Amino acid sequence: MTLKALFAATATAALLLALPANAGQLTIGFSQIGSESGWRAAETSVSKQEASKRQVNLKIADAQQKQENQIKAIRSFIAQNVDAIFLAPVVSTGWDAVLKEAKEAKIPVVLLDRDIDPSGKELYLTAVTSDSVHEGAVAGEWLAKTVGEKACNVVELQGTVGASVATNRKKGFDSVVAKHPNLKVVRSQTGDFTRAKGKEVMESFIKAEGGGKSICAVYAHNDDMMVGAIQAMKEAGLKPGKDVLTVSIDAVPDIFKAMAAGEANATVELTPNMAGPALDVIAAFKDKGTVPPKWIQTESKLYTASDDPQKIYDSKKGLGY
Amino acid sequence: MTALLPRRGLAQIFALIVILMVDRAVSPQFFDLRLQDGRLFGSMIDVLNRGTPVALLSLGMVLVIATRGIDLSVGAVMAISGAIAASLADSHGLPVVLAAALGAGLVCGLWNGFLVSILGMQPIVATLILMVAGRGIAQLITEGRIVTFTSPDLVWLGNGAILGVPVPVAIALGMLILTGAVVRGSALGLLIEATGGNARASDLAGVGTRAMILAVYVWCGVCAALAGVIAAADIMGADANNAGLWLELDAILAVVIGGTSLFGGRFSLLLAVLGALIIQTMNTGILLSGYPPEFNLLVKAVVVLAVLLLQSPKLTGMAGIVARIRGTKA
Repeated sequence: MTLKALFAATATAALLLALPANAGQLTIGFSQIGSESGWRAAETSVSKQEASKRQVNLKIADAQQKQENQIKAIRSFIAQNVDAIFLAPVVSTGWDAVLKEAKEAKIPVVLLDRDIDPSGKELYLTAVTSDSVHEGAVAGEWLAKTVGEKACNVVELQGTVGASVATNRKKGFDSVVAKHPNLKVVRSQTGDFTRAKGKEVMESFIKAEGGGKSICAVYAHNDDMMVGAIQAMKEAGLKPGKDVLTVSIDAVPDIFKAMAAGEANATVELTPNMAGPALDVIAAFKDKGTVPPKWIQTESKLYTASDDPQKIYDSKKGLGY
Repeated sequence: MTALLPRRGLAQIFALIVILMVDRAVSPQFFDLRLQDGRLFGSMIDVLNRGTPVALLSLGMVLVIATRGIDLSVGAVMAISGAIAASLADSHGLPVVLAAALGAGLVCGLWNGFLVSILGMQPIVATLILMVAGRGIAQLITEGRIVTFTSPDLVWLGNGAILGVPVPVAIALGMLILTGAVVRGSALGLLIEATGGNARASDLAGVGTRAMILAVYVWCGVCAALAGVIAAADIMGADANNAGLWLELDAILAVVIGGTSLFGGRFSLLLAVLGALIIQTMNTGILLSGYPPEFNLLVKAVVVLAVLLLQSPKLTGMAGIVARIRGTKA
């Protein structure tokens, strides 16, 4: 990856120097974090698609998870006088100086996927992010609707302890559970967002709950842990998707494969398309001067087995997840 | 007095029994076993099965540590071999897949051994290089995504069973016997210990210390590669970002719990594997207990501290004195 990232960085640098912007065509610089996860790779490829759909010249700079690289990229975008800058900030603080430079150069900045420290609110145009509390709530609502009045013992696979996404996805789910006395989270343990840990933790849940007979549903903070949990259930002789309901978050391709096989029930999408709404905002801002709200929330769409999972799998698997 | 001094292995066996009892207390069905699809099923099996990667790592690590070295790269080597195995699994037969994955481990071990033994680098620095770069290589192979496979042969390595015993457990047992037979069935173990005890003196006495050091790093690499293949087979996919992450620390911990000194000079294969089992028995117990995950690391730290205190010669010596005073009073 490091080599590839290095190539990517050099290639972007070369592109930045070589390509003059076409007259009339928007040129936007996008400082991307780097390839930290499959979702991030998918976000990069969807951003490219969305930009070419709108005939926007999108220059992506890969920061290899380093803030100083992002700051360098933003400065170079300012020097080239791009029309707008997209930033997926790797950390939430330390952006004031460079964003002030962008503001002085009258280049609007849109934050993608992650927010920055509130002290810099006036330094960017808007932030396009998902609401992870809402994602947890959507997962909870689906479960509440599916089980109806029946009593249901839920086991929960949490993300990494202390990660804000994990805390929020738990909070959203718990808020729905609190409203439905028939739902009860009987076990909750961290699976560190990985398949291997998801499987290991699910194995222990099954043993602790009398071979899994008392488990009615599994809620996982991400799809990868759910894929591991599904394997654990199958090895224990349970039928995930039938005996045990499953709901998780992210909508990565492999969960659609499981859904198509009838082994998973639902997933809530964390859309990799953050650039689409951001591009629309910039177009409106440039054309008519429309100032968008400070926060644009992306849709947390629910997918179930009735959404033709095989087709979604085929369309998603090429995105680099 | 002599009975109170820790005999080798006594402290570890005692610790394992205590942790097993605690597990039994938090989860009454802990020792229950049944057959599920021709495979034994129960918490004890989980302990053995989940403990396999660290047990395999500790088999290589204990020999490296016996030469006064350390190998920080084993987690990264797991990621590399897993990535190679998963990438080849659906297009090649199992022998090719295994040869490629284990071959990669061998090359990684040779690299570490070359840096330490031929160039004379400090082991902690030499292996740190591969620890950092290795995960990058693995990500390069998988292109940053989780590479999945369906090859039944490779899946069997992670999820199959031989006479009810999970295949990973059988492999770990086989490797323990093989390693034991090679190093203890010959003078090799003694030469490794001599190298760790005093490399210069051993060299002058005619021990090929360079070859010894190179060999233990190679073996450590092969063991790590095998652990990586099993970890990938278990989840039917290679996750380069997370496979084997921080497991080098668990492997070192297993070796230390097993009573092997980081200053080299002596080692016990069996106790290192027992150390890995102690760690996993504790992990499984924590998962079964139902405590909030925020306590996981705290519980682990306290248990590890207790196990190491049990082995501390000073502390057990003090306990002996206390017992003697009590004895004279009575």
